[in-house]
Amino acid sequence: MTAARPLAVAAALAVSSLLGACAMPTVPTVEPWVKPYERERLGDPIMKLSRDALADKHFEHVRVVREGARGATGFQGGGCGCN
Amino acid sequence: MAATKAAIGLWRRLLALFGGLLGGLLGVAGVRAADLPENKAEALFHSYIGGGVDAYGPAFLVRKSIFDKVSLTGTYYLDAVSNASIDVVTTASPYKETRHEFGMSADYVYRDAKITFGLMTSNEPDYVANTGNLDVTQEVFGGMTTIAFGFTRASDTVKKHNEPEFQDNADHWQYRLGITQILTTRWLMSANFEALSDEGYLASPYRVARVFGAAVPERTPRTRTGRAVKLRVVGDLGNRDAMNVGYRYYTDTWDIKAHTAEIGYSRYFGENWLADSFFRYYTQTGALFYSDNAMSETLYVSRNRQLSTFNNMGLGAKLSYNLRRVPGRYDLKLNGAYEYTRFKFKDFTDLRDGSLYGYASNVFQLYLSATY
Repeated sequence: MTAARPLAVAAALAVSSLLGACAMPTVPTVEPWVKPYERERLGDPIMKLSRDALADKHFEHVRVVREGARGATGFQGGGCGCN
Repeated sequence: MAATKAAIGLWRRLLALFGGLLGGLLGVAGVRAADLPENKAEALFHSYIGGGVDAYGPAFLVRKSIFDKVSLTGTYYLDAVSNASIDVVTTASPYKETRHEFGMSADYVYRDAKITFGLMTSNEPDYVANTGNLDVTQEVFGGMTTIAFGFTRASDTVKKHNEPEFQDNADHWQYRLGITQILTTRWLMSANFEALSDEGYLASPYRVARVFGAAVPERTPRTRTGRAVKLRVVGDLGNRDAMNVGYRYYTDTWDIKAHTAEIGYSRYFGENWLADSFFRYYTQTGALFYSDNAMSETLYVSRNRQLSTFNNMGLGAKLSYNLRRVPGRYDLKLNGAYEYTRFKFKDFTDLRDGSLYGYASNVFQLYLSATY
């Protein structure tokens, strides 16, 4: 009885590993490759996509009312009769 | 309406896709809290001069966080417009008007997510626009990836001077999706997609078109759906300087196709100066129903030069100076910006002499910005 239990456990493990291997092929794990302590340069204000909201919104407004294209600039948009 | 349903369907599909993606990515994300936007105050004077239009005024922004969970922002923006543009001087009378815009928004942080809800109202004597937006950003993959999605809904009331019986409406929907990815310790990139849908009165009650040389009120479709995608890369160049490159493609159901390319360079000088320079090129094809002078009767016709075939090139610079800095308490900067842009129209003529129209514009900004 005592000898049979480890054998049963080993068999169960082997079967489950085999089933696991069949059901899910090996997927390479991707870890975050830039650690938080390596992001000092990225946090500098010159790396920001938009630094001053009002000034950037004014440039965006000037363009939107004179060009046909709109959107995907990160601004929320909104209407005005400036055309 | 069909365009709106298609946009809603697309939004649902994208949400479902993102739900799956988020589930997968959250599995490898570490525990990391998103940051509230920093407390900030900005006071701006802005000016636009170009093509016979002068627009200037002040704008203010104040943002303050409460209990480190919520950040509240209030904005006010004024545009005093004096319009003697080519349309106005050739077909109407120059006019002056003032636009007031009030906005308020709240940012809420929960773990790695930031939720922003905003409301805005813009008032002119003949145009009122009310806008609401909801945006969510979620940091995943150990903070290396930020996913953003949002929605804007706007409803406008269009009126006409001296014609109190004229009133119409325009509704707008915008659905956006974006990702910002840290590439290396010095480079990051962003990709943004936005679907825009408009329905209602999308013309101007003042503008006229030309058919067989005669002036007629412009007639535009009451629906318009556009798609825009923008890619941007920002890199630290290693000598207290950085560069950015961007490209946007836009297309819509009025058959406007536009390309925008941008490149910028930023650099610190000493302890207190930061300079930015940028170049922008924009080109678009005209709308299907645009005509400088239509030679056949069509259901829709417009001579709005914003819908014509044209390009523009802009060159700009910005300078920031640290007026005062008390580490851990506040930081006060004085900023100035200028952009010169040259517009060249391919099929819009100056009715005074028949030549192809073009003009240059100058944008000035002077502002104080403080973080505290």
